[in-house]
Amino acid sequence: MNSTIDRREFLTRTGLTLAVAATASGFKVFAMAEADTDQFQPTSWYTLTANNRLTVMVNKSEMGQGTHTALAMIVAEELDVKWDQVGVEQAPTRKEYYTPPRFTSMTTGGSGGVRSMYEPLRLAGAAGREMLLQAGAERWSVPVSECQTSEGQVLHRSSGRSFTYGELVEEASQLPVPENPRLKDKSEFKIMRTPIARLDIPAKVNGQAKFGIDTFVPGMLYGAIARPPALGAEVVSYSEEAAKAVAGVRHVVQVDAGVAVCAETLDAAWKGREALGVNWSQGDFPSQSTETVDRDLVASLEKEGVTAHDEGDALSAIEQAHQQVQAEYHLPYLSHAPMEPLNCTAHVQADRCDVWVSTQGQSRVLDAAVSITGLEAEQIHVHTPYLGCGLGRRARTDFAEEAIQISKATGEPVKVIWTREEDIQYDLYRPANSTRITAALDPEGQVTAWSHKVVAAQFSMRPGSQFDGQAVSGLTRLQYKVPNVSVKWVELKNSIPCTFWRSVGSSHNGFTVESFMDELAHAAGKDPLEFRLQHLKENKRLHGVLELVAEKAGWGKPLVGAEGRGIAGYYSYRSYVAQVAEVSVDRNTGKVKVHRVVCAVDCGPHVNPDTVHAQMMGAITMGLSAAFKEKVHFADGGVKSSNFFDYNLLRMSDSFDVEVHIVDSDESQGGCGEPGLPPAAPAVANAIFAASGARVRHLPMTPETVLEALRRS
Amino acid sequence: MKQTFTLQINGAPHTLEAEEDVPLLWIIREHLQLTGTKFGCGISQCGACTVHVDGRPMRSCQLTASRVVGREITTIEGVAEDHPVKQAWIGVQVPQCGYCQSGQIMSAVALVENNSNPSDEEIIQAMEGNLCRCGTYMRIKQAIKQAAEEVRNS
Repeated sequence: MNSTIDRREFLTRTGLTLAVAATASGFKVFAMAEADTDQFQPTSWYTLTANNRLTVMVNKSEMGQGTHTALAMIVAEELDVKWDQVGVEQAPTRKEYYTPPRFTSMTTGGSGGVRSMYEPLRLAGAAGREMLLQAGAERWSVPVSECQTSEGQVLHRSSGRSFTYGELVEEASQLPVPENPRLKDKSEFKIMRTPIARLDIPAKVNGQAKFGIDTFVPGMLYGAIARPPALGAEVVSYSEEAAKAVAGVRHVVQVDAGVAVCAETLDAAWKGREALGVNWSQGDFPSQSTETVDRDLVASLEKEGVTAHDEGDALSAIEQAHQQVQAEYHLPYLSHAPMEPLNCTAHVQADRCDVWVSTQGQSRVLDAAVSITGLEAEQIHVHTPYLGCGLGRRARTDFAEEAIQISKATGEPVKVIWTREEDIQYDLYRPANSTRITAALDPEGQVTAWSHKVVAAQFSMRPGSQFDGQAVSGLTRLQYKVPNVSVKWVELKNSIPCTFWRSVGSSHNGFTVESFMDELAHAAGKDPLEFRLQHLKENKRLHGVLELVAEKAGWGKPLVGAEGRGIAGYYSYRSYVAQVAEVSVDRNTGKVKVHRVVCAVDCGPHVNPDTVHAQMMGAITMGLSAAFKEKVHFADGGVKSSNFFDYNLLRMSDSFDVEVHIVDSDESQGGCGEPGLPPAAPAVANAIFAASGARVRHLPMTPETVLEALRRS
Repeated sequence: MKQTFTLQINGAPHTLEAEEDVPLLWIIREHLQLTGTKFGCGISQCGACTVHVDGRPMRSCQLTASRVVGREITTIEGVAEDHPVKQAWIGVQVPQCGYCQSGQIMSAVALVENNSNPSDEEIIQAMEGNLCRCGTYMRIKQAIKQAAEEVRNS
């Protein structure tokens, strides 16, 4: 192999070796028989050049969670370089960059970026470090044991001589790649577990960061799609002539999503879409509205449902209980509303297809492109700019498929930008949820039985399963020790499409479980913290974060400024998060002010504490945005909510202080992007109860909802 | 009907042809490819498209080109790299996804240039129209205070 070889080719070959030889742990690297001489690339994950630049290939999409920086930190730490040598490159959608150890897809989600890449990237970095160390020792003809690495250099201790890594890339490239390199002990870390400034932030401050919407391709047209006003409605008729009469309109084509107009400018595309005058069929449920949806949710609680989990005999235990407690909770459909509206640019040609899309699911986009174009996977090029939020919405491929379909039909490169109205009205939503929980308390105030029924739409049912795992997420493995547990799921059937929304099923089940634990504590006459702890004696980590957050928030001490404190703790994505919220409630208006949220997180070994802080802060804010403001409204079989005036998000005036405490943990590793969200809303609802005696069981907690709860109290 | 406009953007004249009712946002983004200014809602609800017109923060999705001829338009690209607000944004590590941050920064620059000691209330008033889905409000407040202090001391 010579140094002029196409880099993609080189990586593909490396990757094939990797993929084929992947061991159970998912990691095995091989030296290239003939390596490039001016750069060092012992694995697909990074390249070190003769001028000492390290480029880490990142296979996760950057959507604000800091994953590019975190993944680069892992490699840089084990390779032992200085942070200012480090850069990143988004990996192409090729097998070798699919998530090990499974190599099944290239996806960013499930709070799994660091978790899935921690071990492979540490091993890759450590292997390179050992090779460079050996290359240095061989150049000096001294034993490796006399040498060490430090900040991108190999040092010979006794003689004081040194080489930069860049000076050794040629020799190091000839060496075999060690399969079991020594990993650093955490006491040796210089980069990991320190608050490193993120690599993507300067470009996001000076306006240079490129998002999907910022894609420009020579000769590109703009696509705009007329979409059905009612869910499930189909095209009956439209006027292609009228659309084409608009100056600049070039094509009108029908695609799965509706009727697409392609024009030379965005303005012409939008005007052409208006001119189409599409007539639509009625849709699946033409009279579906917020009222019918809400009614169905509540009514479905009376259905039997299917059993998702059964342990002991909850029914008998509840019948014979010393004390029974029951409550119902209702949570709405939610929209993702990422700040960057969905968009995609596609260019389908005879022998290749390029897709520029801010996506969480590159390999799904690639598979869709193969299916639409009939091209081979190798001919599809998925380019991933930054994502203006992902939140789960961008793991789906509908917005990419339509652009690929339009480009294929017209033969032109096409950029489709959704308006905010399209983004909200054609979202795939967080399912609404109605829940009834009944529990039994014994005379000592211990929960002896927990019967939980949840009504929610299904969107992620595994083949062969009787229930949707997301609908009962967190319930089938209740963290609190309760001997008798029954969990039932009732499927809500309507035409509203759903998908993953930050923390998914835990975004609703966290609220119901943690609100109900608070109700139980009060019914048992116990302190909500003590009550939780007495059910967590064998659950060290959730116990630990609850104790930590209580201590940091001054639980049990007099409040300053606020009127009430609430606590909640939740396990999701293998991380344990507990929060204390401090609130005041205006009894005349029902307006709630959140003063402060204190958060403790045990995510096992973390990489960048500043990112963990930011993710907790962000997840709490999104959780409370939903809790206070968000509900998707429906009318006439379609979606009525349309933009930020009727689907409002939390704004600066509603914001609050967040304090985050990270447990210095060596337990198993968990995620960070989502686990901060589930405890936020119940901590606030519990604080509202502590402040005012009002138990809010409906979300969103609008002032009217809080006033209603105050009247009931 | 298409018209020819000359707009003064970031200190330089740009002559372009566009329909007269096209919002300034799309002229900046799609015609001139100054993509730091973002589209978020199109109806002045989110602030992602905030630019300065004669030093005042305005939503470019609500301005047509004809209204800003002869006025000085500044976008995120026209704010100096060493501006205290940009420096504070990096220092505090404000952005997450970053999409709304150009608009946030343009609102914040206008604030601290007119008021180098803003109260919490004044910060909220200046920033209330800028939405952030990632939840960076707390760090935005912190960065504005830091930038204002820098302006006061310079």
